[in-house]
Amino acid sequence: MMMKISNPIVYQARRVLKAVVVDGILLAVAIICILPLFYTISASFSSEDAIGEYGYTLWPREFSTMAYEFMLAQPERIVRAYGVTIFVTVVGTMLGLLITSMMAYALSRPTFKIRQWVALYLYFPTLFGAGMIPFYLFVSQNLGLKNNIWVMILPSLVSSFSVLLVRTYFSELPQELIEAAKIDGASEWRILFQLVLPLSTPILATVGLMMALSYWNSYYLALLFVDDNKLYPLQLLLYNIQAGARLFAERPEAQQFNIQVPVLTARMAAALIAIGPIAFVYLFFQKYLIRGITTGASKG
Amino acid sequence: MLELSRQENKQAIIVAQSKQDSMTQWATRLRAHLRDNGAFYLMITPGVLLVLIFAYMPMPGIIIAFKDYKFIEGIFGSEWVGFNNFIYLFKTGIIWPVITNTVVMNLLFIATGTLGSLTIAILMNEIHHRFRARIYQSAILFPNFISWVLVSYFVFIFLSSGDGVINQVLGLFGIKPVGWYNEPQYWRTILVIVNMWKHVGFGSLIYLSAILGISPELFEVASIDGASKWQQIRHIMLPMLVPQIVFMVLINLGRILSADFGLFFFVPRNSGPIEASRVTRVFDTFVYASLRQASNLGQAGAAGLLQSICGFFLVLFSNAIVKKVQPERRLF
Repeated sequence: MMMKISNPIVYQARRVLKAVVVDGILLAVAIICILPLFYTISASFSSEDAIGEYGYTLWPREFSTMAYEFMLAQPERIVRAYGVTIFVTVVGTMLGLLITSMMAYALSRPTFKIRQWVALYLYFPTLFGAGMIPFYLFVSQNLGLKNNIWVMILPSLVSSFSVLLVRTYFSELPQELIEAAKIDGASEWRILFQLVLPLSTPILATVGLMMALSYWNSYYLALLFVDDNKLYPLQLLLYNIQAGARLFAERPEAQQFNIQVPVLTARMAAALIAIGPIAFVYLFFQKYLIRGITTGASKG
Repeated sequence: MLELSRQENKQAIIVAQSKQDSMTQWATRLRAHLRDNGAFYLMITPGVLLVLIFAYMPMPGIIIAFKDYKFIEGIFGSEWVGFNNFIYLFKTGIIWPVITNTVVMNLLFIATGTLGSLTIAILMNEIHHRFRARIYQSAILFPNFISWVLVSYFVFIFLSSGDGVINQVLGLFGIKPVGWYNEPQYWRTILVIVNMWKHVGFGSLIYLSAILGISPELFEVASIDGASKWQQIRHIMLPMLVPQIVFMVLINLGRILSADFGLFFFVPRNSGPIEASRVTRVFDTFVYASLRQASNLGQAGAAGLLQSICGFFLVLFSNAIVKKVQPERRLF
């Protein structure tokens, strides 16, 4: 301490050095975290030959929009998968929010006598699950949901985590408001939809975004139950083209004129198209996502 | 005699009446209960049904672990074989690498994840420039929202043998390219790095919010007393973070038998050599592989049940410890 005061230059130098080290490390980590995205963008705008010759580079060696041109010429598979994913995401998120908030509201009301039991009933499967094989056999054989678009929505519609998150928020709302509405003769349904939900937009935005992202990124249910490629969601299509399936049909005229069908670059373009909406949501609604992580963690 | 039967009769009538009374009482009570709670019952119905169908109704199927499963006969029609499926798993030894991989990889993930997240959180706490802090945080949290399928694309850009970035960099130093997807010995490290890359932002956010919860006066006092930044971190911040760290580690230890399916399934890209070396074989991928080959579903079910039951007790156990050291944070 004495040293620092008597020697302001050393003190300043140490401060600057500290700032450089801290910023340097964080900058490096930040770059590593988003670097793959830039390689993907570059590869999608690169010519197929350039990747073969120079490998993946941060800037395309030979600029080419071939991957995107092919995709525009034969958009069927991508568009179809996009449609499936959008349907699953939109329907899943809307239904999920509705069911979650109804349940959370009932569980937040102290007058609902069995609410502890319902919470336990909801929570128990996260402790002990049937496991993949019984789940698969039940859903595919007993429910007959194989290759049904709803199989990608229904099983993950209710998560105890979201219900408990929303319930906590509801029970922290001023209860006098609810009591006052009850005295005025409002039904529980009206209280939920016209009073509680409008007051809870922050948590609904958070939970809704988390649901939407998880539906968008989900692959597990599709991997188990969907083998009809007309019903592939984006993630499953991406997995299959990564594993060697073709994104574009083989066309005789392409061979005739010696046009090379893009494979590597087209994969990257497809990957980018799948990331697009996530990047958009991430850029503009990040604070809701961050809130979801931090409140979720502190509540355990 | 007559007197007696009359008395009996009277008693019977009284009993019947009180029964009827309690019945009507019960009915009115039920009616009142439904009047007050009916809306709540309706509200929870869709959620309760979905959980019933997709979480509880598959549960009886766990008996597949004790059956010689034949597709045509179904789970309930197939023949009982007692513990034979379990005995097979252990006698042939195929379950051992699955158990050790799941546990070892999860331990590595917990250790590296905790260290990495803590480091980033502590560094982030030193950035007082809001814009820079936001940029760093956005970038570091980004991988958390990318699906495992896309992560496997990203990893391929770096590890592909001919065109990959890592081999290009190695080439700069005159090192021969490595066929990463053919060399299983590197994969534990690779999976640890990929896992850290994806999750470190999430973890650091949690630790950062714990750091921000520490009273700033503590640091002010220490700084007036001449404690250096490092001393403040070492003697104030870390001790204050111990509860959060203990909690997170315990919760993750409770889940040590459940593997992140996407990481182990997509990132190695079904590489034959990696699969053969079993480095990436964990409970979830093992069971999935049996399901895909439609072979020995009874044994796969046994492995799954083993995972579920041991996992259940591990969570109970870790929750019991949390309850003891930090009662306010217990899960249940």
